[in-house]
Amino acid sequence: MKSHYSLVVIGAGPAGLSAAVVAAQHGLDVVLLDDQKAPGGQIYRAMESIPAERAKLLGAEYLRGRQLVSALRESNVDYFADCQVWSLNNKLEIGLTQNNKALMLTADRVLLANGALERPVPFPGWTLPGVMNAGAAQILFKSHGIIPEDGVVLAGSGPLLLLLAWQYQHAGVNIKSILDLTPMHNHLRALPHLPRALLAGHYLSKGMAYKKDLKMAGISTLHNVSNLQANGKNLLESVSFQHKGRTETLETELLLIHFGVIPHSQLSQAAGCNHQWDNSQQCWKPQVDKWGNSSIDGIPIAGDSAGIGGARTAEHAGRLAAIQVLFQLNKISQLERKKLAHNDRKWMREERHIRPFLEAFFHIPGKLLREPDDHTIVCRCEEVTAGDIRQAVADGHQDSNQVKFLTRCGMGPCQGRQCAEAVSHIVAAANKDNYPRAIYRGRPPVTPLTLGQLATLYPEEQE
Amino acid sequence: MKTDVLIIGGGLMGFSVALQLAMRGVASLVVDKDSAGRHASGVNAGGLRQLNRNPAEIPISVAAAKMWHDIKSLVNSDCDAHFPGQIRVAENDADMQTLQIRAKLVRDLGFQHEEIIGAEELYRLAPTLVAHCKGALICRNDGYARPFHALDAFRRKACSLGVQYLPYTRIDAIEHDKKGWRLSLAKGEFRAPVLVNCAGAWAGRIAAALDEQVPLKPSAPMLMISERLPRFIDPVFGAASRKLSFKQMQNGTLLIGGAHMAELDFEQQKTSINWAKLAVSARTVLALFPQLENVRIVRSWAGIEAFMPDNLPVISRSKYSDAFHAFGFSAHGFQLSPVVGKIISQLILDDHTEFDIKPFSIERF
Repeated sequence: MKSHYSLVVIGAGPAGLSAAVVAAQHGLDVVLLDDQKAPGGQIYRAMESIPAERAKLLGAEYLRGRQLVSALRESNVDYFADCQVWSLNNKLEIGLTQNNKALMLTADRVLLANGALERPVPFPGWTLPGVMNAGAAQILFKSHGIIPEDGVVLAGSGPLLLLLAWQYQHAGVNIKSILDLTPMHNHLRALPHLPRALLAGHYLSKGMAYKKDLKMAGISTLHNVSNLQANGKNLLESVSFQHKGRTETLETELLLIHFGVIPHSQLSQAAGCNHQWDNSQQCWKPQVDKWGNSSIDGIPIAGDSAGIGGARTAEHAGRLAAIQVLFQLNKISQLERKKLAHNDRKWMREERHIRPFLEAFFHIPGKLLREPDDHTIVCRCEEVTAGDIRQAVADGHQDSNQVKFLTRCGMGPCQGRQCAEAVSHIVAAANKDNYPRAIYRGRPPVTPLTLGQLATLYPEEQE
Repeated sequence: MKTDVLIIGGGLMGFSVALQLAMRGVASLVVDKDSAGRHASGVNAGGLRQLNRNPAEIPISVAAAKMWHDIKSLVNSDCDAHFPGQIRVAENDADMQTLQIRAKLVRDLGFQHEEIIGAEELYRLAPTLVAHCKGALICRNDGYARPFHALDAFRRKACSLGVQYLPYTRIDAIEHDKKGWRLSLAKGEFRAPVLVNCAGAWAGRIAAALDEQVPLKPSAPMLMISERLPRFIDPVFGAASRKLSFKQMQNGTLLIGGAHMAELDFEQQKTSINWAKLAVSARTVLALFPQLENVRIVRSWAGIEAFMPDNLPVISRSKYSDAFHAFGFSAHGFQLSPVVGKIISQLILDDHTEFDIKPFSIERF
């Protein structure tokens, strides 16, 4: 790895792959850093190693990633797998570990394309072994073909839940039930956006097809479910919930949950990019312009890490950001920029048809996000409950950071990655704010770094 | 609105002054542009150290130590204070000589809190310390507390005694006339006969508004903290000839400081970690405790603090007889905070204090 590149791209999902390739094609020296073992991101995970049969089960959408990954292999992008980026600052200095060695890189431009993470939604029992994120289960399936053997209950709200159910059903998994926590009134909320959504009808027809297949296969889906609770002493034993006015219980050793995804913003926060609350996506996201430029010169952001748009949108947003970098670094003219960006712009315009509908339809109920009961653990690392957080607010601590200092929530090994959003919702509710005012200030390293690794940096620096 | 004393700065010093005044029946208003303890007060290393203080500070530090040992009676909370001692290790004979000279100086001033220990006791206190060390200077009743908890306890106790507190409030103007001081705030105008400047890194601006120029330099010392480790050391650990202070907290995490500064954008109130300096800090730790090589650092940060050229604070009456300063603690004010409240309240109410504060006068610059 060189110590300086014109463009450093962080994340080898659809946004990072397409950006790195187009930038390299136009003569930039590009390095692509990714924390996984192989390119593809979460969506196209294990693309190069997956057996054909398993790939078929994942559907046509998944196979699209093959072109992106092979374009990377054919390009002269410097690609490094297994890289953990633990720091980025506004001087475009990047701290990373590769093969357990710490390194510092500099760049003329740093493109953040580090994707999304599953939205943390604490509910009673969510920390019990046997409760897992649907996305994590999908990773096991894609990478290793691991599927639940003794049946599974799926619960939550969001397209991934439906997709995973469909994939599992094709793979022969015993799905005991799908508990859809999308409230009925979301249909009304989404209705005004439907006519526009029909302009991007392929999303809707895909969803309908999944639902139809699941129904044909006789899998029970309960809609308008609420009060989800995972029960068990040391391990998950059952799931209870409210449905049609009755409390019901299902025995299961595995519950997979999903409440949508939110941008992975730890690096953009660390760099000091401005972030804003997005009420429609119910998350914090960095401020970006139509080319992906953030508030910091030289740090564009593309794909889900700039706001959730899905895999296809990420691919186009990645290209657009790279095209803008090429223009800024005088590799292409304004006219060439316009020509190169034409198709991507068209896609982005169409994409805007569907998002408002999806976001309204899968709007997570405020009660779930903002009002977990007092005993529910919110910070897993430090075992801080929703009640502890509310008490801190009642004692005069109005923002997440103060709550963090006082309760230690978000101070464990995950550094708030798991709980930051959840805490900001609970704090907002306790303050009677409609939406969160602040999120934890980032405190690097973004991922842990050993004293030994840190000690090897800047060997010439003296006390 | 009227009150008895206007206090600028909702950090430990501000609330300590407000608390001491409230205990003597005097009302005050604490105003801060951010939340309480947002900067140095809330995020410092929490050291309760008399060890190796500048001789001018020793009397007030010793008085503060007494207050910390009984802190619960003052603020209804133990502030998570522990007193396993602080040590300063000698790695060679020259270090040992430096420490012996220091110990004698303290004894000659009439204080007994610092003493020399030999290698045997040092290795009993720090069994995993690298093998070549000779001995150490120790202050056995030193220790540490959790700064944000302490700040919170001071604030809550002060407010329970009627202190008014306005966070997130900027001061538009400070004016002085025959009736005293007037602060123009977004929430209205506040008047009081007395003004106290406890504005930390921003105290230079308040002093300037009082027409007093001070050579205050805002700076942001970095700290880092590790994952939780099995207990391996109790005392707070420093070295005679290295920039280092570290301690293993009650929960097992290791808090490492070394007086290395982050990059600071003072206008934006933003700090950025200086990895080159933090790497030096890591090398220092590993030189003394090589077995910590694989310990994971989970977090680093820097709080914005006021530094004075002589590293001594300003604890002083202003050139106005009805205004007072307490700032510039140069990254070692946490321990002094209870006594500073006492000193300023005495200056305000009794016109004199039992402590010698001449070395901390604002007129020294």
